Amino acid sequence: MAKLRGTGMAAVNYPTGMNLGGDPSQALVHATTSGSFNVVLSATDLGQGLRTVVAQIAAETLGVAYEEIVVDTADTDTGPHDMGTFASRGTHRVGNAVRAAAAEARDLVLQLASEELECSVGDLVLDGAGSVMVAGVPSRSLRIADLASRAQFQYGRTIAGRGAFMKPKSEVDPETGAMDPDSTEAHACTVAEVEVDTETGEVAVLSIRSAYEVGRQMNPALVQGQIVGGAWMGMSHALYETTEPYYPSRDHSPKDFAEYLMPGVHELPVIESVVLEVPAESGPYGAKGVGEMTANSPIPAIVNAIYHACGVRIDTLPVTPEAILRGLDALGTAAGSEGAA
Amino acid sequence: MSALHVVGQSVARSDGIGFVTGRSLYSGDQSFPGMLHLKMVRSPVHHARLLGVDLSEAERVPGFVRALTHADVPHNVYTILGLIGVEPEEEFVLAVDRVRYKGEPIVAIVAETEAAALEAVAKVRLELEELPAVFDMEEALRPGAPIVTHWGTNTFMFEGHDCRRVRLGDVEQGFAEADHVIEHVYTTSPIEQAPIETTGCVAVPEANGRYTVYTNTQAIYFSLDNTAIILQVPGNRLRFIGGTVGGGFGGKVDVIVEPLATLAAMKTNRPVRYVYSRQEEMQVSSTRSAWKIRLKDGVMDDGRIVARQVTSYADCGAYSRQTPYAMTKHAANAAGPYAIPNVSIDVYCVYTNRTPTSAMRGFGVTMASFATEVQMDRIAELVGLDPWTVRFRNAYRNGDTKPHRKLVEDATLIETMQAAAALVGHDLPEEYRTLTSAPRTAPAGPEGGR
Amino acid sequence: MSSVASVIVTFELSGRAVEVMASPMQTLQSVLRGQLGLTATKEGCRQGGCGSCTILVDGEPMLSCLLPVEDVAGRRVTTLEGITPAEGLDPVQRALLEANGFQCGYCTPGMVMIATALLDHNPSPTREEIGDALVGNVCRCTGYVPIIEAITAAAASAITQEAGR
Repeated sequence: MAKLRGTGMAAVNYPTGMNLGGDPSQALVHATTSGSFNVVLSATDLGQGLRTVVAQIAAETLGVAYEEIVVDTADTDTGPHDMGTFASRGTHRVGNAVRAAAAEARDLVLQLASEELECSVGDLVLDGAGSVMVAGVPSRSLRIADLASRAQFQYGRTIAGRGAFMKPKSEVDPETGAMDPDSTEAHACTVAEVEVDTETGEVAVLSIRSAYEVGRQMNPALVQGQIVGGAWMGMSHALYETTEPYYPSRDHSPKDFAEYLMPGVHELPVIESVVLEVPAESGPYGAKGVGEMTANSPIPAIVNAIYHACGVRIDTLPVTPEAILRGLDALGTAAGSEGAA
Repeated sequence: MSALHVVGQSVARSDGIGFVTGRSLYSGDQSFPGMLHLKMVRSPVHHARLLGVDLSEAERVPGFVRALTHADVPHNVYTILGLIGVEPEEEFVLAVDRVRYKGEPIVAIVAETEAAALEAVAKVRLELEELPAVFDMEEALRPGAPIVTHWGTNTFMFEGHDCRRVRLGDVEQGFAEADHVIEHVYTTSPIEQAPIETTGCVAVPEANGRYTVYTNTQAIYFSLDNTAIILQVPGNRLRFIGGTVGGGFGGKVDVIVEPLATLAAMKTNRPVRYVYSRQEEMQVSSTRSAWKIRLKDGVMDDGRIVARQVTSYADCGAYSRQTPYAMTKHAANAAGPYAIPNVSIDVYCVYTNRTPTSAMRGFGVTMASFATEVQMDRIAELVGLDPWTVRFRNAYRNGDTKPHRKLVEDATLIETMQAAAALVGHDLPEEYRTLTSAPRTAPAGPEGGR
Repeated sequence: MSSVASVIVTFELSGRAVEVMASPMQTLQSVLRGQLGLTATKEGCRQGGCGSCTILVDGEPMLSCLLPVEDVAGRRVTTLEGITPAEGLDPVQRALLEANGFQCGYCTPGMVMIATALLDHNPSPTREEIGDALVGNVCRCTGYVPIIEAITAAAASAITQEAGR
């Protein structure tokens, strides 16, 4: 019996968004009398933090603090159309719509400021902290909150914006498959280290180390959440999960969490990552989607690491201890061999 | 671009306080006076003719309010892709005269309490004539196999073809010119999204004749539009409220609970709650398809892949739901992030008598990446190269042509691999340390566009 | 309406006395969420498999989805609503926020409760002991790493606070 270690790698890309009859999202932004801004959407936050990311995009575009943004989602009576949260489309599509809406609202702020400051719009800059000023002349500045209030009560003008982003429908050629299915691609490269127990067939994942290229991180902590959660789910897909353990037979389908296996807290590998930013022209501030990709590259990296560790090549997921032991038997490798390099 | 102030900062999430205090309301937390509970009678067998439904005993359960069968559903067809013109219509909201998977919904029971609803569900008598079922994709494609669909074949048609096709160049030519041909089959089993919060909604009749549905769908307008079609009401009769979802992963994109909960609210004029049990979430809600992916590659001695033939089968289960879209997405990604001049991809969506499959994190691509990346290691071993080298040698660059004829842009595979190598302390040869994703100066070929 | 008579159960809930009428074998989870409107205690599975329904009974963590409410008669029950201070957040809650120890938030109530129980019994747990405490709580989003970091930080801050007295 032996515990054999090995490393394996995988390099993947993942498309941002989808194209199934077009891929649209819309957003509305309006100022309140207190000078904060409401971003109104129909997008859903599944926990990845979309609400936070769109607030950041709106704040950046409007030139106000993050705390000045309230995100109202999702109520179909108030929110404009949104396709939904899937296909790693949220930050890209909803983010673009929010950016466009916030830009329209910002332009109305600048217009009003230019009138009050008696200058042209091109002379104005936003300080990113809620003020608009004549470039180079900080004494000639106005608070955006005050402008919004005066717009409401003095000028009778709205400070609001509408934004839409849509990837137009692209047909798929039935013969050649020619199509335009996505807006951009993010990339990942994972190196996994595993330890295979040749007596039990169990695989321990020691580390998952990855580089991710995501266009631009809107919020590094939230990207990290996807990286770590994705690494765990990838490991889970590779080694544990199945609704049909005897596929294609439907026998012994799990009914609950006791039977549907996933790695627990004592199975966690070391998870390390670096994030590259190569802004995508089509994304809001260059963002690409990241939510799905992070669960993909660990899977083949782990399977390749298993081969490196013990010489068993696995073609079927999930990799079960039984598959490892049968593979070792086929190699004629009895428990007790030395570890691979 | 001038310095960013907010984008790029790890600002705290605005919804965090609600989560750690438990104050956030999820759709299943919503409760209303007079709320009724909907539980579903489901097919206990894999494939059968449904000859009759006897509700007499169920109706006598104390607390029973009413039952909904297919006859009560105004437009009893559920085709989520029908909104965008993807045909054909194939799945019923409630079964009519046939059931095609174990768990298929047949009768919705609405009762005063959950316990009463479950008791009444157990007392519904079904008259079923079992039919042969098929669970294996290859068997499903053989002549004489039990047919799952109503149009007579077990494959989804893609504009006249029985698979989604991609064709670039000439793979047979590529195989003929290759130094090696390597072929392997990769298979994966279905998996569950398994969010900690199960699928569910509460539909509430409003005083103004409208209905408000509190739902944890991932796609609120998608759900509203589908519900409106099924109930044959104008969309603005419905108001869907959601946005806070206890995990999705693709498992809350199918429009499953809202139409029947809303119909029940319409028929009873009371709020109706329809929330999946964990067992339903595990065994009835849609899963990721099982896949069988055959990769045949023509490879040169220097590790370049000159031809790739992909033949993939996805087991979509009894109804295809979103899976045809996954076939297209798979076809767009099955060559991986590599520059391969001759590519042929056929992706089949195969029907069997299992739980219908649908979206899951990485839809169509996760399993393609598994197959292509294990294959890359096999190729490396075949030609005697290390895994990094064979990937750098094949990595796509900006301006390359993808198999579906879209030009590569925003490529950074090379830089990402360099960063990963640095992270793990793997020394790359000089030529790969300095390589970039910039467009090639010459077409990729034996001389190698660098 | 059940044919079996309901029972009256009296217990202490987060510091106050409550009296509920329940069907026999009705779970504490069902009483909390359905009758008392206390929805912080979640229902991920109702099979004891996910831990999202964790509450404290006499300071001990229990799965409310498997607990008949009659079993807490006369006992001290604490839910997440009772853990949260009238103003602000407690150290475990604050630590989860700072560590981003959540994504969708559905497992979070259970995590706060189990972490609270752990630190009440063991103010300075090792990584191994934190892991042991969490084995009954399933998270599908985070991969557990930031939750463990949060509990470690909460323990450290409590010790620092204690030392500073």
